[in-house]
Amino acid sequence: MENRANQFIRAADVALKDPDLQKAVAYGTRLGFNKRIAAMYEYGEEHGEALRQQSAQIKRRALANLPKLLEEAEKNLLKNGFKVLWAKDAAEANQLILEIAQKHESKLAVKSKSMATEEIGVNENLEAAGIEVVETDLGEFIVQLAEERPSHIVVPIVHKTKESIQKTLEEKANMPPTDDPLAMTRFARAYLREKFLKADLGISGANFVIAEAGSIGLVMNEGNGRFVTSLPKVHIALVGIEKIVATLEEYATLTQVLPRSATGQTLTVYTNLINGPKRSQEKDGPEEIYLIFLDNGRSEIYQSTYADSLACIRCGSCLNACPVYDVTGGHAYGWVYPGPIGSVITPLLKGLENAKTLPYACSLCGLCKDVCPVDIDLPHFLLDLRKDVVSTQKGNWIWDLGISGWSWLMRHPKIYRVGGRVAARVLGLLPLKKLPAPFNAWTDHHAFPVFAKRTFAELWTEHQGEKNG
Amino acid sequence: MSLPKRKSPKGKPVSLFVTCMVDMLHPETGISVVKVLEYLGIEVNFPEKQTCCGQPAYNGGYHDEAKEVAKEFLKAFRNAEVIVAPSGSCATMVRVDYLKLFADDPEYLAEAERISSITWEFSEFLVDGLGIENLDGILPKAQSFAFHDSCHGLRMMGIKEAPRKLVGNIENAEILPLESAEECCGFGGLFSIKLPNVSAAITDKKLASIKKNEADWILLGDVSCMTNMNTALEKQGEPKRVRHFADILAESISNSGAKRGENPDGE
Repeated sequence: MENRANQFIRAADVALKDPDLQKAVAYGTRLGFNKRIAAMYEYGEEHGEALRQQSAQIKRRALANLPKLLEEAEKNLLKNGFKVLWAKDAAEANQLILEIAQKHESKLAVKSKSMATEEIGVNENLEAAGIEVVETDLGEFIVQLAEERPSHIVVPIVHKTKESIQKTLEEKANMPPTDDPLAMTRFARAYLREKFLKADLGISGANFVIAEAGSIGLVMNEGNGRFVTSLPKVHIALVGIEKIVATLEEYATLTQVLPRSATGQTLTVYTNLINGPKRSQEKDGPEEIYLIFLDNGRSEIYQSTYADSLACIRCGSCLNACPVYDVTGGHAYGWVYPGPIGSVITPLLKGLENAKTLPYACSLCGLCKDVCPVDIDLPHFLLDLRKDVVSTQKGNWIWDLGISGWSWLMRHPKIYRVGGRVAARVLGLLPLKKLPAPFNAWTDHHAFPVFAKRTFAELWTEHQGEKNG
Repeated sequence: MSLPKRKSPKGKPVSLFVTCMVDMLHPETGISVVKVLEYLGIEVNFPEKQTCCGQPAYNGGYHDEAKEVAKEFLKAFRNAEVIVAPSGSCATMVRVDYLKLFADDPEYLAEAERISSITWEFSEFLVDGLGIENLDGILPKAQSFAFHDSCHGLRMMGIKEAPRKLVGNIENAEILPLESAEECCGFGGLFSIKLPNVSAAITDKKLASIKKNEADWILLGDVSCMTNMNTALEKQGEPKRVRHFADILAESISNSGAKRGENPDGE
C-alpha cells in the first residue's frame, strides 16, 4: 500500500483536531494498556516479568538460528502436506497468490486478520484481477466497508466510535438502523456467514510457524479464522520469515504472552494449530494449504543492527502504551505498522528517506520497551534511526546549523558562562511572548520560559563567598 | 535494570553537575541541592568548565556533536569522585547513554565508564548511595505533595521511591497519589519543538490529572519536565505549579535548626 510516513506531522495535526478519533483512541488504548497489566501480572509482577524475559529469549534464539529453522520448518511443513513457497518481495508474493487463485479458479476470497497481507496489499491485487476479497475479522470488515485502513495492529477500528461504525454498516452494508452493538455484531455475522459459504479461497496470516512440528499457529477471538482456514477448499497463509519458533513448547509460552499483551486475555478464544490440509479420513478442511514465506526487506533488517526488531510478535502493546499514538492514532504513521514498532520498522522496510519523520515521533518516554512482551529496545532503535537520518544527510539544514552552533557553544565554557549571564539579563528585559521559528510553535502552547535573573554559576560564587566570609 | 553495580559514594566530595537547564532557568534548585549536601556535612564542589551533557544533540541524532560536548563533560569532571545531578534525565545521559556513545571509542571509553559509574541523580544519591531517607526536615505548616515520575529517571535509572521517601519523611509533609504519575508530560526535548502540537496534546492530558490533583504541590526531579508543564499551565492561565523536590528538602532543613553534620562515611 501507499506509504505516507513522511507526512506524519501534517496527518497528526489533522488527527489532533478530530474529536471522535481523540475519544475513541484514548478509550481503546487505555483499556488495552490496563487489561495488559492485569493479565501479564496475574500471578504477580515477578512472574509476569519472567514470562516476558522467557519470551524475549525464545524469539532471540529463533532469530539467532533463523536460516536453520526456516529450512527445518520447510521440511516439516512439506511432510505435513503444506505447499511451501518463498516470496522475496511484495510483488512476488502477490504474483504467487494470484497464480494460486487463478489455478483454482477462485472467485471469492475470505480473509482473516493479517498484517503481512496488509503490507503487500493482497486485496487490491486480487480485486484488480476480478476476484472479490472479503475481510472477515469484524474490525477489518468495517475498515474495508469504510474504505479505510486498519489504524492499530490488533484493534483495526480503535479510531472509530460506535456511531461511525453504525453509519458505515448502514450506508455500506444496508444494515437496518440500530445503535445496539450486539445487533450490529449479529448483522455482520449473518452478512459474513453467507460469504464464508460461498468462498472458494481462504487467506490468512500466521502468528507463529513452529519449525519442529511443521505447523502454523493462529490465535484469534472471532470464529472467522476457523472458517477462513477450514471452509474454502484452498487456504493460503502469508507469513513473514521472522514468525518462526523452534519448538511447540516455545509456541506454548508465546501463546500465553501474546494475548496477555495484546488484549489482556490469558488465552484467546481460538488458539489454532494447523497441521496441514484435510487428511483422507477427515470430513472437512482445505484440500490444499499454501504457506508463503515473505521476506520483503526482512533479511536485510536481519543483517543490520536492527535485527532485534524482527522479534516483534505484533501484539500492539507498544501502541497502547505510547503517548504519541494515544493522541495521533495509527493512520498518521502513514503506512501499515503504526506506533513505536511502526516508527522503527517502517523506515527499515520502506527506506529511511521515505519515513524519516517517524523516528522523531517519540518523546523517548521508554514505556514501549517496558511493555514489549519480547523486550525490544524500541527507544534505543529510534535514537539510532535518528542518527542514521542525520548521518545520511536526510535531516534538515536548519537543524544541522542549529546543533552545530549549540555544540560549539557547549564546548566553550567561558563563552557559555558569559553568554548565559547576558541572556539572563537581556531576555529578562525583553517583553518576549513569542519565539522565532522553529521555536514559535513552542510559544503557541507555552508561556516563554523565563530565564533566571542570575545563573547558578553566579549564585554559586556568591554562596562560596558567604561560606568563607 | 542492567546497570553495573558500583562503589559506595560515602565519604567522598561531591562534584555538582548542575545541568544547563538548572543553571539558566532554575539556579535556586541548584543552590537547594548544595544546601542539602552541605547540611549533611558533605563537601561540594562545582566544576566550572561544565556546560551541558550533550543530550539534546544525542536525542536529535547528532551523535558526533553530542560526543564532542560529552568529551568536554568528561574533561570538566576529570577530578570528580562522585557526581550528583538534580535531574534523572541528564544523569541518565551520563550514566547510560555515554556508554553507548563512546562504545566504539577506545580513547574515551574507560573514562566514560568511570564517569558513568560515579554519576547519581540527587535523590538516588541520598537514598541508595548514602542510605539517608530522613533529613529531619520540618515544614512550618502541614502541606501535601504528589509526585510526577519523569520518564528517564523512572525507566532508565529506576528512580521511583527515593524522592517520595525523602519528602515523605519531612515533618508536616504528606504524600498523596497522582493519577497517571508515570505518564509522560510530553516534553521530550527536541520532540516538543519538532512536533509541537503532538507534544502539547500529550502535555494537556498530563495537566488534566495535575489540575484536579488535591495535593498542594506536584513535585518532580527534572526541571525540563517542570518547565514544560509550568509554562503550559501559565499559558493556560492556571495558577497551579510543579516544583523540584530539592527545593522542598532545602526549605525543610532550613526550618530544622542547625546543621545535621552527619558524617556520611559513617565513621
